[in-house]
Amino acid sequence: MTVVRRAGLALLLTAAVLVGFVGVTHWIMNIFIFTVMYAGLATGWNLVGGFAGYTSLGHAAFFGIGAYAMDVTFEHHSIGAGYVPFAILPFIGIGVAALSIPLGWIAMRTRAATFAIVTITLLFVVQTLAFNLKSITHGSQGMGITPPPFALHTYERPFYVAMLAMLVLALLITWYVQRSKLGLALAAIRDDEDKAHGVGVHVTAVKLIAFSTSVAIASMIGAVWAYYVLFIYPQFAVDPLISIGIVLMVFLGGKGTLWGPALGALIVVPAQQYFAYELGASKLYLIAYAGLFLVIMLFLPQGIIPSLASWADRNRHRRARTLSGGQLVSPPLHELLP
Amino acid sequence: MHLLVQSIIVGVLTGGVYALMATGQTLIFGVMRVINVAQGAMVILAAYLSSSLFSSFGIDPFLSILITAPILFVLGFTIHATFLRRLRPEQNELSLLIMFAVALGIEGVLGLAYSTTYRSIQTGYVNRSFTVAGYHVALVRLLAFGLSAVILVGLFLLLNRSRFGRSVRATVQNPTSARLLGVEPTRVAAIGFGLGAATAAAAGAVYGLVYPFNGGSHYDLISRLLSIVMLGGLGSLGGSVIAALVMGVAESVVAANVSPIWSSFTFFAVLLAVLVFRPRGLFGVAQRGAL
Repeated sequence: MTVVRRAGLALLLTAAVLVGFVGVTHWIMNIFIFTVMYAGLATGWNLVGGFAGYTSLGHAAFFGIGAYAMDVTFEHHSIGAGYVPFAILPFIGIGVAALSIPLGWIAMRTRAATFAIVTITLLFVVQTLAFNLKSITHGSQGMGITPPPFALHTYERPFYVAMLAMLVLALLITWYVQRSKLGLALAAIRDDEDKAHGVGVHVTAVKLIAFSTSVAIASMIGAVWAYYVLFIYPQFAVDPLISIGIVLMVFLGGKGTLWGPALGALIVVPAQQYFAYELGASKLYLIAYAGLFLVIMLFLPQGIIPSLASWADRNRHRRARTLSGGQLVSPPLHELLP
Repeated sequence: MHLLVQSIIVGVLTGGVYALMATGQTLIFGVMRVINVAQGAMVILAAYLSSSLFSSFGIDPFLSILITAPILFVLGFTIHATFLRRLRPEQNELSLLIMFAVALGIEGVLGLAYSTTYRSIQTGYVNRSFTVAGYHVALVRLLAFGLSAVILVGLFLLLNRSRFGRSVRATVQNPTSARLLGVEPTRVAAIGFGLGAATAAAAGAVYGLVYPFNGGSHYDLISRLLSIVMLGGLGSLGGSVIAALVMGVAESVVAANVSPIWSSFTFFAVLLAVLVFRPRGLFGVAQRGAL
């Protein structure tokens, strides 16, 4: 990584943290929190949906499990000065990762669209459990957590920082995966799983590592969310719209890229919050969302970052051809591959 | 014992309705390799249409199918022409997401047009039932089962005895060869999609008679229908009918003998067993890269 790049990243991170400390209204801060939350969810989803090519629609289930884990833990425990709940996030992450291994093992026996079906079903299983296990979740009554004693004018700050920490964690993991053998193995699985298996990739292990890491991130973000919104109930915490929102953002930004999912969230979430604000939580909002989704799927299924990259590549290629006086210059790799 | 038999009777009758919904979905999967997650939303849309036709014009829900089926056919045909035609068969995840967006759109439109309070179609005969050898049979459920059976037989004849059916089967088996022999896969797929949606019209009228519903009810249906088509084997019409009956009975037996709140779990339990022991379903064909 070049010095410029490193400096740019440091600047970006500083800016992102500082955003949480400028005095903006609660409403704007709320948008910041949700943007960073979805950026983290989308970046985490990308590990399994983008790199391994397994389109999961079940991430909202793990988000909800994380949310309920938070509320169930602090139903009988004191939250102290308000920072204790953040400290248990790693335990929720590890717990959910462990839980996800048998689930992932079963779900990942299927591929492509079937996997999407199985994971949607998983989402409804978890939602039904949240409704039915009344002794733990209080069913449709919902459950709450004690509001933390944070100062009113900086109330959102700890939640913002926690969400940002989750996003940075997801980005670091993605960055590491991209450069490691694991990333290569995932790419091989995405391109042709049977061949990957044939050349000695431990497909099951690799898929499970990606899946459990990905859903562990989702669960920790869900836990922070539950603490932030203070009150959860089954349809709210385990919401198919969360899954579909994540997928939308990743597709918009670019599947299998480091920054694409976060970029997608940066575009979609403020728009989403604006729609919700202007149109109310009414059904118009749902229609606008569906419309946006269809437009992106139809016109930009590749995503912004891959489209920009191939456009830049084409340009460079053309310039190179002009410079070399019409002599053959090797075209970029993606043009050689089918 | 009485309870068990009674719940099996209810289950078989319910299973017939599930079979109707699942067959539409299977047909769509067969011709397009599209997992139609909007099938449930289409059923609910049709239920609303039938309900409106009944409350505004007094048209019996069973008769209203003659009006709603063409509407749904056009809807399916249009969805295919607008969103799905240009996709390649291997893009079936993308088509699934597109259909999910369509389902959300339908849910939104329904919520806007009808608000979100639950409603049901209350005809004069909706609560009528009769007793056979000590067992209760609700008239509506029996009629629904009969209607499903008639439509399923009709579909079976259409697919196995007509020229169109032959082109559908040819497209399912091998699109390239079908094209060489003069079949237009796109047209076949569009009509197949329309037919699949039209079966949702029939299922919707019946659903509205038997269950209360609102715009969000399609989520209940999605997971059930998907479990059924997975159990039957994706793309197998006969499989989906048998799976629908099995699931209907299992659900009803659990609801009556264990607890109604856990009845939807039978679907998931069966799905789990299928995934562990036979991922391609009862009658599915193993395809490389398909599962």
